[in-house]
Amino acid sequence: MLIKDKVIITDDWTVLRLKEGEAADSVLVPSGKVIVPLPVWNCQHETLQARPELGVWLASFERVEDLQDDVHRFPVIAVDFHKFSDGRGYTLAYRLRKQLGYHGELRAMGDILQDQLFYLKRVGFDTFTVRADKDANAALAGFEDFSQGYQASADIDSPLFRRETRGEAA
Amino acid sequence: MYRYDKFDHQIMSERIAQFRGQVQRRLSGELKEDEFRVLRLQNGLYLQIHAYMMRIAVPYGMLSAAQMRVFAHIARKYDRGYGHFTTRQNIQFNWLKLQEAPDVLADLATVEMHANQTSGNCIRNITSDELAGVAQDELIDPRPYAEILRQWSTFHPEFAYLPRKFKFSITGAAQDRAAIEINDVGLQVLKNAQGEVGFRVLVGGGLGRTPIIGTEISSFVPWQHIITYAESIVRVYNEYGRRDNLYKARIKILVKAIGIEEFRRQVEEEWQFSKDGPSTVTQAELDRVAACFSVSDYEALPSEDAAVATLQRDNKAFFNWLKRNVKPHKVSGYAAVELSLKQGGAAPGDASAEQMDAAADMADKFSFGELRVTHMQNLVLADVKQSDLIALWEAAKVHGFATPNIGLLTDIICCPGGDFCTLANARSITLAKAVDERFDNIDYLQDIGEIDLNLSGCVNACGHHHVGHIGILGVDKSGKEWYQVSIGGSKGSPAKIGKIIGRSFSFAQIPEVISRLLHVYVEQRFAAERFIDTVRRIGLDAFVEYVYATPVPEDEKLLLPDYDLIQAGTPYETPYYSPRF
Repeated sequence: MLIKDKVIITDDWTVLRLKEGEAADSVLVPSGKVIVPLPVWNCQHETLQARPELGVWLASFERVEDLQDDVHRFPVIAVDFHKFSDGRGYTLAYRLRKQLGYHGELRAMGDILQDQLFYLKRVGFDTFTVRADKDANAALAGFEDFSQGYQASADIDSPLFRRETRGEAA
Repeated sequence: MYRYDKFDHQIMSERIAQFRGQVQRRLSGELKEDEFRVLRLQNGLYLQIHAYMMRIAVPYGMLSAAQMRVFAHIARKYDRGYGHFTTRQNIQFNWLKLQEAPDVLADLATVEMHANQTSGNCIRNITSDELAGVAQDELIDPRPYAEILRQWSTFHPEFAYLPRKFKFSITGAAQDRAAIEINDVGLQVLKNAQGEVGFRVLVGGGLGRTPIIGTEISSFVPWQHIITYAESIVRVYNEYGRRDNLYKARIKILVKAIGIEEFRRQVEEEWQFSKDGPSTVTQAELDRVAACFSVSDYEALPSEDAAVATLQRDNKAFFNWLKRNVKPHKVSGYAAVELSLKQGGAAPGDASAEQMDAAADMADKFSFGELRVTHMQNLVLADVKQSDLIALWEAAKVHGFATPNIGLLTDIICCPGGDFCTLANARSITLAKAVDERFDNIDYLQDIGEIDLNLSGCVNACGHHHVGHIGILGVDKSGKEWYQVSIGGSKGSPAKIGKIIGRSFSFAQIPEVISRLLHVYVEQRFAAERFIDTVRRIGLDAFVEYVYATPVPEDEKLLLPDYDLIQAGTPYETPYYSPRF
């Protein structure tokens, strides 16, 4: 189940995660639309680069700089939140959008909950896989938490004081 | 002061609706405590020993009388009739119910107040100089910049899950009353040689387990760039700050690990992406916000009032109060007055609902309807006419605000400690009470003069013990509370970390230890030398020698079980209430 444009759709991508005993340089990447871990991309770069429908995912401790030259070749880049309170993924997304100019699908996955969706969307994520034990339909309400943000981010290029005429009483 | 526009109101009401929903989902069991904890903390809600505690933001310490009256209302309706002002100029209510927390926030919103980001690993309430706008030594009023940064940091989507909490402090005066050197980012507003306004920026200061004084990262960031520059610092920290160890997660550890040059290089590199971009502050926005802070209602008054001068000569109590609690003002004929919340017997920084209402009335009557909260946990009426000082003093006496001890030994900075806080190793409020009782002699206190006594119940250092002239830290030794004593700390201009004098003491020994430290000071001081200056001049040796020369007796009264504050009756007599369901 994947949330895109505030609607739940079927996910046609498969996420590859290394299992115990598997190594990035030897793991078999299945055919079809697969999102591979960054180390797999790095190790198997030469064979994988022929595949147009290939995505990559970053762990929160990995860096967008590691993708620099390849960033635009991926139709999807995912960031894995191993726990929702690890906020590095927000900066990863912001950098991908605002500094590396990435325009493809940017997916938040892992420990993704309703209460983080609004901020995740603001920093540039556009698809979301809500944690499996949570109701994705109910989580959609999270996008509506706020109608405005004070700051510029990946979603809106300018801060509130440039977007709106400030100072009018309610 | 700043007034909300329709956007501020809208965003705040959306926040309350969001939190109300989260509380409901917690009560229904849909949200687990691990998921909810992070959300409630970012709404200022802690789960303490006895109940939920809410920390309400007082942005840069500024309050209106109407806001203070809502604190009184909250104290009466949801709490036990009192609140606690903190070292970050906020207020805490100790006895709340989870179910009622959204209602508290809704009541606060009616007077443009909130509890956003007063806890959690996000950008916290920005503190400032309690005399901002009125201090004689002020170069530039920091409050418009504090408000601009408050809005920038509020619900910043990228920085809600930082490695650890993140504190800004800002001053615009020659003397640093905002302790900018012990904040994650310290800002000093100033003018460069060309007369342009900007910020000297310090980074990586903080207390806690590893106390570090902030280092200068930039000597001048023009004011227009403050958002993009601050954002660059926090972005680098968000990505590179440690997350593997709670105690090494503050920005100070990162700066120390990679060095200020490398950290500066990374921030500068980051800044190149956003500098001069849309987040550059506009003159129009600065003007809009700054207009909220300009006061044009000052009257032309003589610099001295004859009745005040006479009473000052004839009445020792008034003389003492003027000397300690009244501060000079940049406008002739005006003064800033501190209302002491360090009344004997009460917890430092506590105010009852009646006192809050009284303070609000006094603000309306004497000070343009505004108050400030100080980092010393007192209140300030910042714009008082000299000719009103006698009437104000009389009113302050009636309501328990007139203790002439601002800056003296009993003006203790103190965290909630083991009486309330789940983190504490030892009691600090109760210890403050013991110290207050031991030194309840205003002539002696005046003779000892200016001294900062800081008490923290654990290494998290909410009582800022590292920067106390005398700092006392509660430590746990095999399940029992002990106290480590340090001297020589200083909170600003310049900040300095105190040195531990030796092995720790029991609760009941501490008043005697302080007494011995003061004894050495009185013997060694030059005429008007303050305690801290004597320590700086002669070092620790004489103090250590005298304190440890003979066994330190315990004050037997303090060993009695009924000394414990929570069990002792007023004002904590209501039955134990467990918030855990």
